[in-house]
Amino acid sequence: MPIKIEHLSHVYQPGSPFQSDALQDIDFTIEDGELLALIGHTGSGKSTLAQHLNGLLTPTSGRVLVDGEDINQKGANRRALRQRVGLLFQYAEYQLFEETVYKDIAFGPKNQGLTGDELDARVREAFARVHLPEDALQKSPFDLSGGQMRRVALAGVIAMHPRVLVLDEPIAGLDPRGRDELTEIINELHQDGVTMVIISHNMDDVARIATRAAVLHKGRLAMLGTPREIFSRGDELAAMGLDVPQTVQLCQALRAGGMDVPDCLTNEELCDAICRALGKEAAIHA
Amino acid sequence: MLKDITLGQYYPVESPVHRLDPRVKILLTIAFIVGVFLVKSLLGFLPVIVFIVLAAYASHLPLKLLAKGLKPLRFILIFTFLLNLFFSPGDTVLVHVWRIQITLEGLLTALRFSARLIFLVTGASLLTLTTPPVVLTDGLERLLSPFAKIGFPAHELAMMMTIALRFIPTLLEEADKIMKAQMARGADFESGNIIQRAKAMVPLLVPLFISAFRRAGDLAMAMEARCYHGGEGRTRLRILKLTRADAVATLITAAMIALVAVIG
Repeated sequence: MPIKIEHLSHVYQPGSPFQSDALQDIDFTIEDGELLALIGHTGSGKSTLAQHLNGLLTPTSGRVLVDGEDINQKGANRRALRQRVGLLFQYAEYQLFEETVYKDIAFGPKNQGLTGDELDARVREAFARVHLPEDALQKSPFDLSGGQMRRVALAGVIAMHPRVLVLDEPIAGLDPRGRDELTEIINELHQDGVTMVIISHNMDDVARIATRAAVLHKGRLAMLGTPREIFSRGDELAAMGLDVPQTVQLCQALRAGGMDVPDCLTNEELCDAICRALGKEAAIHA
Repeated sequence: MLKDITLGQYYPVESPVHRLDPRVKILLTIAFIVGVFLVKSLLGFLPVIVFIVLAAYASHLPLKLLAKGLKPLRFILIFTFLLNLFFSPGDTVLVHVWRIQITLEGLLTALRFSARLIFLVTGASLLTLTTPPVVLTDGLERLLSPFAKIGFPAHELAMMMTIALRFIPTLLEEADKIMKAQMARGADFESGNIIQRAKAMVPLLVPLFISAFRRAGDLAMAMEARCYHGGEGRTRLRILKLTRADAVATLITAAMIALVAVIG
């Protein structure tokens, strides 16, 4: 179920002094099974783009095609669309409202019309996916920690069985442990075949988990490619106020110091590269 | 969805009216309202119309924006008009159908009352459109400060208003976000009967209230951390000063009221 974005533009409050072009002529396709990272500076239009993917916002011009169907044409079923394209907002812990975690997770599938055993199975399956302690299911969501609440919110979206899952800054504001746990959940979902779109500020996470990355700058699509391709253009990223991952920064520093290492994205890769470079040097000195 | 509220929405452009002292603007708006109530005949509205158009022109406001502020009042306007049209006593009968009659006097009263309502709202909107809310409450505080001596909590009231105004857009944005988040989970806010709709608001209201309380707590803490202790002995960043423009505005308003009083 690819999502094709065609010449999408979005203007906030057109015709008023508050008018602002949030997105301009965005054109690319989100492929099946990929884990696409959307990166960009604050105000670059990432969240606006995310809200177009399930029809919460309507483009000012251009089209969004999900499975070849224009989601904004007349008679399009928005609710069915929102089942297929799940969206988790930034700081999603603030959207919880039910008395128990169970009921909150059940909110989405219930709106889909599920009842009884089927509903129960959905809730329990989604709950199991977010790695929370067993007894949390019957607790009030407001008794949980912030990171746990966010995972409950994620479970609430997973329970609708979306084919594409869009997560807006899922790890922002979490402690290192919560961050690792959430990254693991994301990886597991991706491995189970869910197409993922992840908005992130954290380049280390992008380097670690994304299969492809799109860089937005001032509402335009500035770069699109594998994380390796994108992070090899560090100067351009810096001009947009974006960093490269720490691993790449270290590689650059090492190269500046005369060591022969390529840009590495993961810690393991970096270790190997350094060992190889040191091994070579040792061989030369011997 | 939640963006169609114009009352109290500042329109940020540069204009002589925007630069007027907020105290003067508040007093002149009150004077304007008194002026509108002095009007007795339709002809008396002429100076009022001229004044409003002039003020809108000097504020660089599109007239369309002022008209938009009237939209939420359309039902009250129509209701007032019809009520006066059908139920005012009079001798000159224009239309007579069965037991309902429309008289010339009724028609004139209906027009006058509707016009009065329209101008009251436009006058008030002119004030809020040309004055940022924070400046407005600042002006209000200064106007009310003489009463502080007899125990009137001018500063506290102004502070509460400022904070409330400051958080309206924040909470609106938050409501919009929560609404979208629940819509992404299949919530439906738009269809169903009244009870179903009220029920559908629960997933919106609970998180919104929690967030409002959280923000209130945070704000109180942040204010205390910066030694806030009420208005006593507090100095100001912006000191209000009357200028020549304020005098001109006062004179024009006085002229309008005088004309209204003469025409009747």
